[in-house]
Amino acid sequence: MMPDLGKYAGPVLWSYATGAAIILILVALSWWQGRRVSRALAAAEARLGDHDV
Amino acid sequence: MSIWEYANPKRFMQTTAAILPWVAALTAICLAVGLVWGFFFTPDDFRQGSTVKIIYLHVPAAMMSINAWGMMLVASLVWLVRRHHVSSLAAKAAAPVGLAFTVVALVTGALWGQPMWGTWWAWDPRLTSFLVLTLFYLGYIALWSAIEDPDTAADLTAVLCMVGSVFAVLSRYAVNFWNEGLHEGATLSLDKEENISDVFWVPLVISIAGFVLLFVTMVLMRTRTEIRARRLAALLLREARA
Repeated sequence: MMPDLGKYAGPVLWSYATGAAIILILVALSWWQGRRVSRALAAAEARLGDHDV
Repeated sequence: MSIWEYANPKRFMQTTAAILPWVAALTAICLAVGLVWGFFFTPDDFRQGSTVKIIYLHVPAAMMSINAWGMMLVASLVWLVRRHHVSSLAAKAAAPVGLAFTVVALVTGALWGQPMWGTWWAWDPRLTSFLVLTLFYLGYIALWSAIEDPDTAADLTAVLCMVGSVFAVLSRYAVNFWNEGLHEGATLSLDKEENISDVFWVPLVISIAGFVLLFVTMVLMRTRTEIRARRLAALLLREARA
């Protein structure tokens, strides 16, 4: 299944690994930040009895 | 119905809540198909060998680095002209996404350049203008963080965005302007009769679509977070004053 990358296997595999890692970190951080802000907003709205967004 | 209706945060949140899962699913499909096809099912190039497989990451990431700055410029201009807060928050939300794409393009470019050019880096017009664009992304994000008043931050970052647009344009056209350096010209072009071979072109276009959709997904998601954070700050301020 794995293609024969020959003598360039290192650069190709490192490219995919670093590209995937950077994108996954971006997605994970954005998701985590979104969850954190949503929870804090829900708590503040509950305290103040103000629901809008 | 006018596009400006979406400048209303409540309307924006309602609309994006409905479309975000679909866009995210389409993103995952396009990225999976484009990258798996490109990595596993395309042949080696007769000159570049298997390094041609890096194209499915490098070209879409580089394209979106420049296009992300273009989107930020449009959103910043909307903010400066019409003072819609959602547009300034969308520009703010797009910056880390654009920076991530820029880093992917720089890293994959270095990994591709080393075996092909014999060097990880060269002070070539395109590479240098791209590095400056990366620094502008960092400066833009830092400026947002450094200014407490959100409207002032939006004004100043919008001006920085306009200045940085020069380097976004240079990154795209540096090869044409100076006609020198190691980096080749555009891989895909609408005004050329022949682009790369179809065997590489089809998965590349799918991968580009995946990166465009990834950008849209991330910007929508992050803009929603920014809107919530702005409302949270307003509620906490009201609570503190009560």
